[in-house]
Amino acid sequence: MDSPFGLLAELTYRCPLSCPYCSNPLNLGDYHDELTTAQWQRVLAEAQELGVWQLHLSGGEPLLRRDLAELVACARELGLYTNLITSALGLSQRRAEQLRAAGLDHVQISIQSDEPALSDRIAGTPSFHSKIEAARIVKELGWTLTVNVVLHRRNIDRVAGVLDLAEELAADRVELANTQYYGWAWRNRDALLPSRAQLERAEAVVRAARERLKGRMEILYVLPDYYSRYPKPCMGGWGKRQLTVTPNGDVLPCPAAHALPLPRASVHEDPLARIWADSPLFRCFRGTDWMPEPCRSCERREIDFGGCRCQAFLLTGDAARTDPVCHLSPDHDIVAERVRAANEETKTGAGVLTPRPHHGRRLSPG
Amino acid sequence: MPSTRPTPSEKRTVGERGAAVESSSRPKPAPHIRLRFDSAREQHVLLGPESVVVLNHTGADILALCDGHHTVAEIVATLRERYDRVADDEVRHFLGRLTAKRYVVMDDG
Ligand code: SF4
Ligand code: SF4
Repeated sequence: MDSPFGLLAELTYRCPLSCPYCSNPLNLGDYHDELTTAQWQRVLAEAQELGVWQLHLSGGEPLLRRDLAELVACARELGLYTNLITSALGLSQRRAEQLRAAGLDHVQISIQSDEPALSDRIAGTPSFHSKIEAARIVKELGWTLTVNVVLHRRNIDRVAGVLDLAEELAADRVELANTQYYGWAWRNRDALLPSRAQLERAEAVVRAARERLKGRMEILYVLPDYYSRYPKPCMGGWGKRQLTVTPNGDVLPCPAAHALPLPRASVHEDPLARIWADSPLFRCFRGTDWMPEPCRSCERREIDFGGCRCQAFLLTGDAARTDPVCHLSPDHDIVAERVRAANEETKTGAGVLTPRPHHGRRLSPG
Repeated sequence: MPSTRPTPSEKRTVGERGAAVESSSRPKPAPHIRLRFDSAREQHVLLGPESVVVLNHTGADILALCDGHHTVAEIVATLRERYDRVADDEVRHFLGRLTAKRYVVMDDG
């Protein structure tokens, strides 16, 4: 068994934005009972002891936690590398300076599009101009700036503009990440999945920009899962590299695994080390023993680990099947059908998007 | 959070393709990269938002000298005093590969 390198700390699921591609769980209301500062500090110390090097502070919007700088300082004291994943709403000059002083290593700001109106529409709230202002502050304070844009049917045609904007902001790195279909993105998948023609155009733009910006701006491109021949090596293997702690203290091998019908593990009940080593949740898909055919005898089984368990579950109802994204999967036609639908001439790309609620109120009272 | 999840860190060796390195340049870790010694694993690692690079002995020694003051030529000379067989090329290639990945930046001078 390996020790994990990375901890994804989802500090809160509250968020001022309501992106339809959000990967947070649909039952946001179940996560109101957030860990306290002291509880997070204990989790960080346990993670460090377990071998974690990197801490990703995410959410929801992690800036909504007043104790964010305190948690960063704690992580730095433990020697962890700290990475903030933020919508940047609430990243004022004062807040940024606090985080800088606390030793935050890296900031990733998400934007929704280079066009202010489209960006605000996708975010569900006026936010574009605050993001631009925050990006400027990040650069001014001397951080490396990574701009993240989640790509989908509504904004993927803007890739050239997005890259121009990133250049204008003097971003050091841009992450263009095709949507992965979990949580709210799963609910909105039909309206989010781009067509093959859209992807090909976008990828040509990315290739040209990489050439042009070599040495100045790094462009990371996260492949569109459904269009790939092989699945992604999800989380670098189940219970192998990473772990996630959700706002209420649940511990997961992957942030999407809340959807799986598996026994829970919680920092309220056990130390991280025991959860990592012994919990049924972390053990069930670790390694290759659980694998069905065709993975079991496939030479790629140690490369992609049979793909994503959460995706297998969402698409087939069984988390222990080969990820249907893989063209060798007996369930691949489920993905092929979605892709075919996304490429139908008649499809206008309209479709209805359900925004995720901001503060995780229950959808219906009661 | 965006449905992209932080790219899982893989332990990497330093990649293949490198950038050109001048003797007079003064390398230092990029602002978002941190060099750390893990006492439990007895390993030097370079950490970034998506990267974990485990360094070997020589690699760690080279990085320790990348402080924005020493030039590449000086780093080579220092390592020569320490080890018998450190080729000039070896240091250059290593730094070139780190530079191409933006783990290391060069102050030219
Ligand atoms: S069959 Fe399984 S192991 Fe082989 S490529 Fe497909 S998902 Fe990966
Ligand atoms: S709503 Fe948007 S900004 Fe907020 S957590 Fe979800 S993806 Fe991130």
